[in-house]
Amino acid sequence: MLEIRNLTKIFNAGTVNEKVALSDLCLKLSDGDFVTVIGGNGAGKSTMLNMIAGVYPSDGGQILIDNVDVTELPEYKRAKYIGRVFQDPMMGTAADMWVEENLSIADRRGKRHGLSWAITKTDRRRYKEALAELGLGLEDRLSTKMGLLSGGQRQAVTLLMATIKAPKLLLLDEHTAALDPKTASKVLEITDRLITESSLTALMITHNMRDAIAYGNRLIMMNQGKIIFDISGAEKKALTVDDLLKKFEQISGEQFTNDRTLLS
Amino acid sequence: MDILGWLNTLPGAAAQGMIWGIMAIGVFITYKILDIADLTVDGSICTGAAVSAVLITNGINPWVAILLSVAAGMLAGLITGLFHAFMGIPAILSGILTQLILWSLNLKIMGKANIALSVRSFNLIIAQVYSVKTLIILAAFVIIIIALLYWFFGTELGASLRATGNNLYMSRAQGINTGLAKVIGLMISNGIVALSGALLAQYSGAADINMGRGAIVIGLAAVIIGEALFSKMSTGFILRLLGVVIGGIIYYFVYQTVIFLGLDADLLKMLSAVIVALFLGLPYLKKTYFRGKSKGGSRKNA
Repeated sequence: MLEIRNLTKIFNAGTVNEKVALSDLCLKLSDGDFVTVIGGNGAGKSTMLNMIAGVYPSDGGQILIDNVDVTELPEYKRAKYIGRVFQDPMMGTAADMWVEENLSIADRRGKRHGLSWAITKTDRRRYKEALAELGLGLEDRLSTKMGLLSGGQRQAVTLLMATIKAPKLLLLDEHTAALDPKTASKVLEITDRLITESSLTALMITHNMRDAIAYGNRLIMMNQGKIIFDISGAEKKALTVDDLLKKFEQISGEQFTNDRTLLS
Repeated sequence: MDILGWLNTLPGAAAQGMIWGIMAIGVFITYKILDIADLTVDGSICTGAAVSAVLITNGINPWVAILLSVAAGMLAGLITGLFHAFMGIPAILSGILTQLILWSLNLKIMGKANIALSVRSFNLIIAQVYSVKTLIILAAFVIIIIALLYWFFGTELGASLRATGNNLYMSRAQGINTGLAKVIGLMISNGIVALSGALLAQYSGAADINMGRGAIVIGLAAVIIGEALFSKMSTGFILRLLGVVIGGIIYYFVYQTVIFLGLDADLLKMLSAVIVALFLGLPYLKKTYFRGKSKGGSRKNA
């Protein structure tokens, strides 16, 4: 499904601020893998997701999606394969456009934008049903401006946008981090449901170790631009937060440096 | 005050206002929809006028001349778009560069700084002397442009332009080629601006190399007046565009009136710029200096 070969990313190369964000990173996902990603600040988690999505050009290595080399494809062309939800609820939707308009744009991801009407009656019915399934009462707000929804509602709609046209790969970059705990767990629940229903392949960064253990079938831990721990199946289910912290110190020789992780 | 004399200026103000209102629709597309301040317009309005004036004086049908003016304006937008989207030059600088290019090109097109278009020598579509016919034709132009834009921005392509102006991250993540979207938007905008230039040349009976100076400010003034008119009502797209045209007309009514009252015409551009600056700065001023006095909103969100 997804294959990352020796991916390297160096920011500000050749200056005093040089930062190796990813170094020779390798990762292989099978169809239907739901992988949670944890790691300290600056471990390279977001950089990895952004590189897969094509936000930054690569400084070495390859990215393949379903055996297609996408390393040189611009971000908008990779969107055909990838659905994304960002940490900032403002980033994933167009605030001045209606809910249904946002959905219709996502619905045409990877297709040419022609001169036919953007939303048809059948589209509208489909969007209404999909929104109803979120259970947030959004099915009656198709023609509400996105910007008028709450952060949690926006993230839920962004999730729907990322999955309405089943992507080959779903990338979630701490998409519940900006939400209050109750909304965050609701959005996580929706995430899990959408992923399992369509057996999507997904990478989910989270700062919450308990969530990282509870969700998905595989967990990877990153440090200094590399994957330092990769566990799946029953072994993963049996993990505890203490196990993970110990594992981190043992492999990296450092303390886990993400404050939010320790507090949550 | 000579009321009759003042009333006599009104049809002319309405016609000029509609022409500048059409131009302001072009500004609306870049400034409000694409979120780009496009300074190409100062040049492309003159390009539209120059192309029409040269063609008409060479015996070409004025309707054909208008079409070719629009095409020339779209090319001007294409240049700015390429500078911005494919060469990474900031939008505002791209527009200034194209404006400078157009200054030379406009002179080359016209061969001199000014071409007269007398209604007695040519069969013009609109002119100061036929005031009723002119008003009807301009109103028809306004209606057709608004209808076409309403259709276009409801299509998939149009929606992708609106999304680009609204949120670049989201647009790219949803597979929209944002560079292409900006180029298309700039071409449409400058095509409309050149159309208004072509109409202005026929109406005022001349194309002049200086006619576009400060056009962006008049366009912004019309957009701001239009938004203020309809901000309390529904924000339907047709009403917003109509508001922009009405904004242009109001601008010209005020313009004619202050000239009629004897204000030095040389000061008008300064006055327009100061007023536009105040309106553009208003949201910031409110937020920064009058937070406590505003009717809520900003505080609650802080």
